[in-house]
Amino acid sequence: MNKFEFAVADSIQTALEELNEHPAAAKVHAGGVDLVGELKHYTAQPDIVVDISEIPDLKWIADDAEGTTIGASVKLIDVIRHEAVSKKHAALQEAASVVGSPQIRNMGTIGGNLCQRPRCWYYRDEAYHCLKKGGDECFSVAGRNRNHCILGGGPCYIVHPSDCAPALIALNASVALQSVKGKRELPLEDFFILPESDATRENVLQPGEILTYIHIPAHAGKSAYIKFREKEGFDWALSACAAALEFSGKTCRSARVVLGGVAPIPWRVRSVESYLQGKEITEETARRAGEMAVEDAMPLAENANKVLLTKAIVKQALLKLNA
Amino acid sequence: MPDKKGNHSEIPDGVSRRSFLKGMGTGAAILPALGKTVEAADLENRFGPEPAPITLTINEKIYHLQVEPRETLIEVLRNRLNITGTKVVCDNGSCGACTVYLDGAPVYGCMMLAVKAQNKQITTIEGISQNGKLHPVQEAFIEADALQCGFCTPGFVMSMAKVFEENPKASLIEVKQGLAGHICRCGAYAQIFKAAENVSKRNGG
Repeated sequence: MNKFEFAVADSIQTALEELNEHPAAAKVHAGGVDLVGELKHYTAQPDIVVDISEIPDLKWIADDAEGTTIGASVKLIDVIRHEAVSKKHAALQEAASVVGSPQIRNMGTIGGNLCQRPRCWYYRDEAYHCLKKGGDECFSVAGRNRNHCILGGGPCYIVHPSDCAPALIALNASVALQSVKGKRELPLEDFFILPESDATRENVLQPGEILTYIHIPAHAGKSAYIKFREKEGFDWALSACAAALEFSGKTCRSARVVLGGVAPIPWRVRSVESYLQGKEITEETARRAGEMAVEDAMPLAENANKVLLTKAIVKQALLKLNA
Repeated sequence: MPDKKGNHSEIPDGVSRRSFLKGMGTGAAILPALGKTVEAADLENRFGPEPAPITLTINEKIYHLQVEPRETLIEVLRNRLNITGTKVVCDNGSCGACTVYLDGAPVYGCMMLAVKAQNKQITTIEGISQNGKLHPVQEAFIEADALQCGFCTPGFVMSMAKVFEENPKASLIEVKQGLAGHICRCGAYAQIFKAAENVSKRNGG
């Protein structure tokens, strides 16, 4: 780990000013879990680390008739234990509950979970100067790629590692981004970008900008998050599915279905969403939805199993909501 | 800081170098001619990159020491304070060997910067025995022979103790969930779960 200065911000404004002074050389620390890993592997080499975990304005959850707002520095364990989250936003509660291990959920924040860098072993290995690090090759294409993407890949084939992101997109969440220039709000779905637009980053955050709040609008539906991981105790998703459905009686009135662990961004499957509209969720519709979810899949040499997995995970998520 | 015998110098709170410096800052703030007001704020909120004074509360004792911001909590515990019961194995937030409590919650000491452990109660494996008596989970590990090389043991004990603190009659499923962040490369899992079962039974579970 290189040397760096550590600045503890006591307000959003202080953090933004600090970041603005060193736009290229600063990194943000919230829970620190992902950042410390990056520092150890030299994928992050900041001169200054700005800590936003102590900012009181970023550490609360507010809930009213319009929805639930979560500060970026709220720890995952506090998201999981919050009554509004468990009662109203099951998909988020289920997703946050399967992030990492108990220790990681005690340290990591919801904002950090959305902004964490990918787990690709070439990216994390300092020996490989890959596309994501500004190099000119994605080593996974001809290399070991069983954990890589089957959808949305090229020229880099990472998968987005967040569990909370697919759940929050299914719940139609938006995020607030702030810099010294001001505040902008956008659907979380639009926060993430594919490698084809810029392989060196996973989201639209500009230097000096931080994610400050997540807002989940009130909804009348049911939601769920199903995750499959190689090591059941503690692992990133090989494939995951977040689904949020609204029903009229037994009929699905609207659906939002988002895949995790299979694409460089949380992957919304609109074909499945429109297919489910007006249907009852039977074994057969759920099976068909699973097939549709991977219709565009282009697996790499070692990850065709993700196609089968994803079909099953989508089916499972939908049937869970029907139960 | 440990001396050659590994003893720790503990400076009573209130006269530490750090609080002394903070006192200086406050003094400067009422003497604006010295232009120290900004520095006073900085002392509180900025560290490094060179070693900077920090204060850690470990097993209810207060330690004043100098660390670089890049030093992790586990490095500081082991290398600077000679509190070596907690181990480092993967140093990557995957294996759980370095587990300590921060304000009572298990965290990975290897993925936390020591500067971030200030103003919190840090509890290590040395801190969970009471009055020289082993924690019931430690007794259960010995009884069930729940280890081989023993490197993962302090971490497993910390997380299992937390499981039983939250539910004295915890089921095997709850134990497994609580221990999900640990790896035992010797594969002593069966005995570790046996130890947990014994603790639960003793508590009436």
